[in-house]
Amino acid sequence: MLEMFNEWVESRHEYAHQWKKKNPEGRIIGYFCTYVPEEILYAGNILPIRILGSHEPQNVTEPHIFGMYCPFCRDCLAQGLEGRYDYIDGLMIAQSCLHIRQAYASWILHIPVDYQYYLPMPCSTQTTGSIRFLVGEYLEFKKSLEKWLRGSISNEDLDRGIRIMNQNRRLMRQIYEERKRNPPPLTGLEAMEMVVSSQLIDKTEHNRILEDVLKLLPNRKLDRPQGKRLMILGSENDDRIFVKMVESVGSTIVIDDHCTGSRYFWQEVEPNGDRLTSIATRYIGRPPCPSKDWPERKRLDYVLELAKAWDVSGAIIIQQKFCDPHEMDIPAQKKYLNEHGIPTLILELDVTVPVGQFRIRVEAFLEMIGQEDLF
Amino acid sequence: MERYKTEPLKCWQKAKELRESYYRNYVAAHEKGGIRWAGSGWAFDSVPMGLGDDVYSLTSEPYGAAVASDPKFSLECLEAAEKVGFARDLCAYMRNYWGSVILDKYAFGGPFPKPDFLWTAHICCSHSKWYQVVSELEGGIPYRSIDVSVGPAPPFGEITENKINYVAGQLLDGIEWMQKVTGRRFDDEKFINATMNHFRSTSVWGEISLLNQAVPAPIDEKSMYSLYVLTMLGGATKAVADFYDEVKEEMEDRVKRKIAALDTERCRVMSDSQPPWAFLKIFRYLESFGCVFIGSIYTFGLKGILVYDDKTETLGLRAIPKRPKTREEACRALAEWQLYIPLYQHFYNPDFKSRLMIVLARQWKVNGVILHLNRGCEGTALGIMENRLALQKAGFPVMTYEGNMGDEREFDEPRAMARFDAFMELLGLRELD
Repeated sequence: MLEMFNEWVESRHEYAHQWKKKNPEGRIIGYFCTYVPEEILYAGNILPIRILGSHEPQNVTEPHIFGMYCPFCRDCLAQGLEGRYDYIDGLMIAQSCLHIRQAYASWILHIPVDYQYYLPMPCSTQTTGSIRFLVGEYLEFKKSLEKWLRGSISNEDLDRGIRIMNQNRRLMRQIYEERKRNPPPLTGLEAMEMVVSSQLIDKTEHNRILEDVLKLLPNRKLDRPQGKRLMILGSENDDRIFVKMVESVGSTIVIDDHCTGSRYFWQEVEPNGDRLTSIATRYIGRPPCPSKDWPERKRLDYVLELAKAWDVSGAIIIQQKFCDPHEMDIPAQKKYLNEHGIPTLILELDVTVPVGQFRIRVEAFLEMIGQEDLF
Repeated sequence: MERYKTEPLKCWQKAKELRESYYRNYVAAHEKGGIRWAGSGWAFDSVPMGLGDDVYSLTSEPYGAAVASDPKFSLECLEAAEKVGFARDLCAYMRNYWGSVILDKYAFGGPFPKPDFLWTAHICCSHSKWYQVVSELEGGIPYRSIDVSVGPAPPFGEITENKINYVAGQLLDGIEWMQKVTGRRFDDEKFINATMNHFRSTSVWGEISLLNQAVPAPIDEKSMYSLYVLTMLGGATKAVADFYDEVKEEMEDRVKRKIAALDTERCRVMSDSQPPWAFLKIFRYLESFGCVFIGSIYTFGLKGILVYDDKTETLGLRAIPKRPKTREEACRALAEWQLYIPLYQHFYNPDFKSRLMIVLARQWKVNGVILHLNRGCEGTALGIMENRLALQKAGFPVMTYEGNMGDEREFDEPRAMARFDAFMELLGLRELD
């Protein structure tokens, strides 16, 4: 059952092509950044697909993006320039870091799409006016979508969008709760593939598999020792080779704070009268990306609570090379976790990772946090 | 070869004095019971001026640049920030600033003068995080940041009521907050006066930039750096606003009398991004080829207000708003004015900046473009490669060189000089005797 997630991640483009065949009238919007309100897209019967990289070396983005921009944004743009997302009808972004904005901008400059939208998601999620502002921008976005779709999006449609998204979030959260078990019934890699695949396929289909997985988990056991319980956190991370390596040397990742992980689905929309206000409240209140985590550092306590609740022995802080928002958080994040008894290992990831070198560092880290077991 | 008449700038000494007094007054503020605040040069600096006439600021980017111009001190600062764990590829101004705080050394002598509160604006990923760290390093200084990333201004986008309400609302909340953290009563009249000064400074700087369309150029970009910075060093004060009137008058006179910045002007070049401050000699070197830097979107539009008319495809002035009557009106006018900043536009799409650059290049009669691929500023580096492609497509010869505005370790001088030589050759220029 869980293999399905892997299959979807592996064959994301084939899936999208098939989806189009099955839904000839259906439209697909590729999106950058998980602040995009997928509820509104589902309400318009649009399939949202997150644009992600392929973790392969490429040579097509150099003329478009200066080399000091993060490998993730370059990898994403490369997918577009290489024609791998030739099935998308539209492209959008919810304002986030400069790096991913650059990938979006270069994409729409060089690869024609039928529809494009830049949603000015507030950079500040702690300002009193941010929800009101976002609702105003959602209204503009909804109008723009309706024009493109040549049809209106009703409250009932929005309710449907909210329902689909909430169900997906609820189910994934329940599966994450299962990871509190010692040992957990699924690996970090499986959990990552579950969340990443939810960003790539029709969530109604994803929800069905999640329900089946939930039934299966109470009796599921890993076929290997759990090892040390770890947390991973930091920049965008869908590097499965890396995660597999970490879990192959005596550990299991049981929780994360990534936009390809818990941060994506942690809160549900709480319907409360006006639909767009409810959606905006959810996106403003969700666990923040560091680029939006100011003036207070809300991530510190939030991450620590996760680490404690999932009972981890250590945390691997992942930083995409040149990822400024995370680079600005890492010293404080590391200090805070260390002060609260959670040892950390910081690793800088590129499009591809030096697995051999990282293995040595992860092994050393695991040995370090396992020292007390010796005495 | 024709040689133009040239004269030193009369306003030079006064610019120096204004700059020096800016940094001195900030340090001395507490001696007379005044207030010190720190924040980005893009912070809405007329707002704290409502707290009184004895309120002084330290704007971070110019301070980071001042540190950068002293490579030895800069290196100390950069290394201090790195020791705390901050990555080397982060904003170089920010690292210079943080290092200065960590070392407790002020670039102009003495210990680092701790601000009473932090007041900034956020459009690039670094701005608010910068002051989050400063607040922590200084033991928890009250800190507020205004989110201005609401989308592009006309003609690239629309400034809707929703956007103005959001930014102006934050300013109004900020005023309440300032009163609370300083214990002072906010004076609307002082705030409105300062806001009018801000409009005047940034608009007149736009006018000065427009005057540089003249051939010969009355001022070169390296000299402009010493003048434009005042929009960020007390741009909302009467002294700076009046000073810009004087500069404009002098530029008009120079244009009328054909007084050149460079007597041998025969090639006009547009730049982009902050220069590598420790290596400003590159400008003088290129002058030896008869090459004058006429300016850039960065120098004209970092804070100066020029607007793009897409019908006439020209850059021009924006009318200064009428004097606001109330605090609310002032906040709204200020919010809207700020959203027109030319250097804000590319944060939403590099194509907007490409269009501005192409118009500038045409209108200012540019022969070539030199782009600094600035590893020290992800904000100005955003989309620069797309700008390069667009300028080339529009028919302008473009060269790039890699460097860093505030970290001299990332400037490969011989390599950059070799590229400049090659570009001069491409433009058909030889070094003059």
